[in-house]
Amino acid sequence: MTEAVASGPASRQRASRRQPPAALLVLALIGPLIVLLPLAFTLFEAARVDGAEAVELLARPLVGELLVNTIGLVLAATVAAATIGTAAAWLVERTDLPGYRAWGVLAAVPLAVPPFVSSYAWVSLSPGLQDFAGAWLVVTCSYYPLVYLPVAAALRGLDPALEETARSLGCGSCACFRSVVLPQLRPALLGGMLLVALNVLVEFGAFALLRFRTFTTELYAEYRTGFDGPGASLLAAVLLLLCLACLFAEVKVRGGAGYARLGRGVRRRAARLKLGLTTLPALAGFAALAMTTLGVPLGMIAYWLTQHGAAAISPAEASVSLLIDATISSLWLGLSGAAVTVALALPLGFVAVRYQSRFVTLLERMAYLAQGVPGIVVALALISLTIRAAYPLYQTTPLLIAAYAIVFLPLALVSVRAALSQAQRGLEEAGRSLGLGWAAVAWRVLLPLIGPGLGAAAALVFVSIVTELTATLLLAPIGTQTLATQVWADTSTLAFAAAAPYAALMMALSLLSTWLLARRFAATRFVS
Amino acid sequence: MTHLLIKELDKRFLGDPVLRGVDLAVRSGELVAILGASGSGKTTLLRLICGFERADDGTIAIDGRIVAGPQTHLPPEQREIGYVAQEGALFPHLSVADNIVFGLPRRLRRARFRVTELLELVGLPASFAERPPQALSGGEQQRVALARALAPSPKLVLLDEPFSALDAALRIETRAAVAAALAATGATAVLVTHDQAEALSMGNAVAVLRDGRLVQVADPVTLYRRPHDVGVARFVGEAVLLPGVAASGYVTCTFGRLRLSPGAPEGPVEVLVRPEQIRLGSIAQAGVAARVCGVTFYGHDASVSLLLTGEDQPRTVTARLAGHASPEPGTEVTLTVSGDVVAFSPDSGRRCG
Repeated sequence: MTEAVASGPASRQRASRRQPPAALLVLALIGPLIVLLPLAFTLFEAARVDGAEAVELLARPLVGELLVNTIGLVLAATVAAATIGTAAAWLVERTDLPGYRAWGVLAAVPLAVPPFVSSYAWVSLSPGLQDFAGAWLVVTCSYYPLVYLPVAAALRGLDPALEETARSLGCGSCACFRSVVLPQLRPALLGGMLLVALNVLVEFGAFALLRFRTFTTELYAEYRTGFDGPGASLLAAVLLLLCLACLFAEVKVRGGAGYARLGRGVRRRAARLKLGLTTLPALAGFAALAMTTLGVPLGMIAYWLTQHGAAAISPAEASVSLLIDATISSLWLGLSGAAVTVALALPLGFVAVRYQSRFVTLLERMAYLAQGVPGIVVALALISLTIRAAYPLYQTTPLLIAAYAIVFLPLALVSVRAALSQAQRGLEEAGRSLGLGWAAVAWRVLLPLIGPGLGAAAALVFVSIVTELTATLLLAPIGTQTLATQVWADTSTLAFAAAAPYAALMMALSLLSTWLLARRFAATRFVS
Repeated sequence: MTHLLIKELDKRFLGDPVLRGVDLAVRSGELVAILGASGSGKTTLLRLICGFERADDGTIAIDGRIVAGPQTHLPPEQREIGYVAQEGALFPHLSVADNIVFGLPRRLRRARFRVTELLELVGLPASFAERPPQALSGGEQQRVALARALAPSPKLVLLDEPFSALDAALRIETRAAVAAALAATGATAVLVTHDQAEALSMGNAVAVLRDGRLVQVADPVTLYRRPHDVGVARFVGEAVLLPGVAASGYVTCTFGRLRLSPGAPEGPVEVLVRPEQIRLGSIAQAGVAARVCGVTFYGHDASVSLLLTGEDQPRTVTARLAGHASPEPGTEVTLTVSGDVVAFSPDSGRRCG
């Protein structure tokens, strides 16, 4: 009598291959389409440039300099982030480093410090820290958590049985790390590195403050000096293609990550290596890291908060009314942007989770493309589009919100999908079988299950909008100042003391939301 | 009284027929087990009864009301059914008690109507009421799922492989608790399973589904002793099949002259002997000579593989013996068959008679 014959999955798969309702599909289409808009526009504009002219424009020494700067910094920052991120992850997850829990949190927090804020801190600390070295320092500090987090998660997820088996087969601890651990970390490590590269490519504020010329700062400069058409279009297209290349590589690396542990059951935690004499250097390293990534930015903001405006190179005071206005604008833009973005992601996520098909996968991939479209490219494309085709929208809040929705749709979609997967269809069917109509099921089953996840999605988008600079700077209606644009404006004019209150408020919002989110994700999740 | 009546039910997925002309009648208070291998369409049949899927043809009536038919498709919430999913599908955001009262009107939900009674019915202590479902074992989750399904007093309870995700010991215990609860409420129930032992032990009747067709609906004893064809015989238990010749209620085969179940045919047939019908004796006793060539010992019983030594062509048969009686490999024995046997037509594999 065989008990092992599994049944069900085949028929269930067939059952789930249903068509989504047309109205839902239309709602799901909106997100991908508005993502495609700036992307297609940018490539279209670049393709319209006459061939010979394009060659001439691209062969300028300026483009060469930008390429060298951008790619050089991308490589340097990626390698530095990979080294720091992996070392930190290994120390936190696999050694008896004193206080590894606290160090683990501190290693992730710098992600909440936008690079333009840390560059403000560093520049105000030492005006000499500029150009390549400054840019390298600032972006590495801000983005190494993008390597640290996935690598630490991968280390946590590694089945110690694999390492034990390797040891039993005669591998020493070093050989074991090289031949068993490292290959399993590879997808996380490479994926993280490509995310760092992508973020460095699209970074604008920090580089502008540090006077380091990259594609983004050049695009901004050209926009400010009258928006030279074909040259800017080509630069934008080159930047866009670099980003998309990174994005595709990242998807490929992640997609090939077939190392997930199968099977259920509780897994033992790996034993922690005794650091012994290396404990002190390791602690010193972490202290230096925390000092550089968090101590300096937060410390400098605190320092400038206590100084009179005159202490800065450009004497200027922050005005209380401006501070209140900027805070209200930031909150308002953040909240409405988060609401719109999550509202766009929700139908798409629902269709993606419930009605898998090739077309739906395509829609989802289109939405994720937004990750590879730099904010400055989105902003410039929307400006050109509205000036030409929808002038009343130019420099309005709805347009800025649309830009936020485009840039942060992937972020919202990831969280919304995670939330929706909490509510399996079996639960809805159970509700229906108990006599509830679809509306009652949505209210009593779906909403309680996905509500917290949707809240988290909205909070993530909210923080990202509050700390967003590029699109806000280019698209904010005249007269609208946000915390981010105020930090930018004051730092640009070297009025460091005036910038401090805005930066402090922004950092407080960002750290608070990050803390709330981290607490939520640390809390027990529903397991069914 | 017929409680669930299914007529000529057809279902296709993307043009592939999954169910073809299924007819089934379930009497009031009865538990019918639908037994089928993976891909036989049994889960689809259950989902059609629930209303999660639409039938392409045929009708389903619950308690005299047509719930699915050519022009009708009643949504699941209007069918007054209780449904227990494979892994329980308890609402993770609600406590055990809130799960149980989920399908009741608000007033009764507030009053935690019958929670203790239902928990007791499925064999759980009342103290479980405030626990979150995550704190329950798989078997306990299934019992709560049943309590939740029974709470609104449904006309029909539908169970979709409710024990398949449980490990062996828990499965037997949970099965017993569920069977007792269903019997105590007098509920009419349909249970879908791929597990023969589960179907035979739980069902008042077992319906065997194969390639989308119901091949046999019978009480467990009849199904096991008089299967419709060789395929069903093999599916519901181990089978020893031997050639033989039938005449006037008896069949002559390797094991000599055996009595056939009533209504047997004449002429060449295929004889079904269940392994537990084969008895072993010492060589001094009468019977067919054989040598023990392998023993798989399970504890309570043992599967013994035997080589018939008196034959022209060597043939191996399997016998099932009580664990304490299991012989040593290499022992010479004689075999006899106890009880009636069944014969199938050798061409079609159908039971004769």
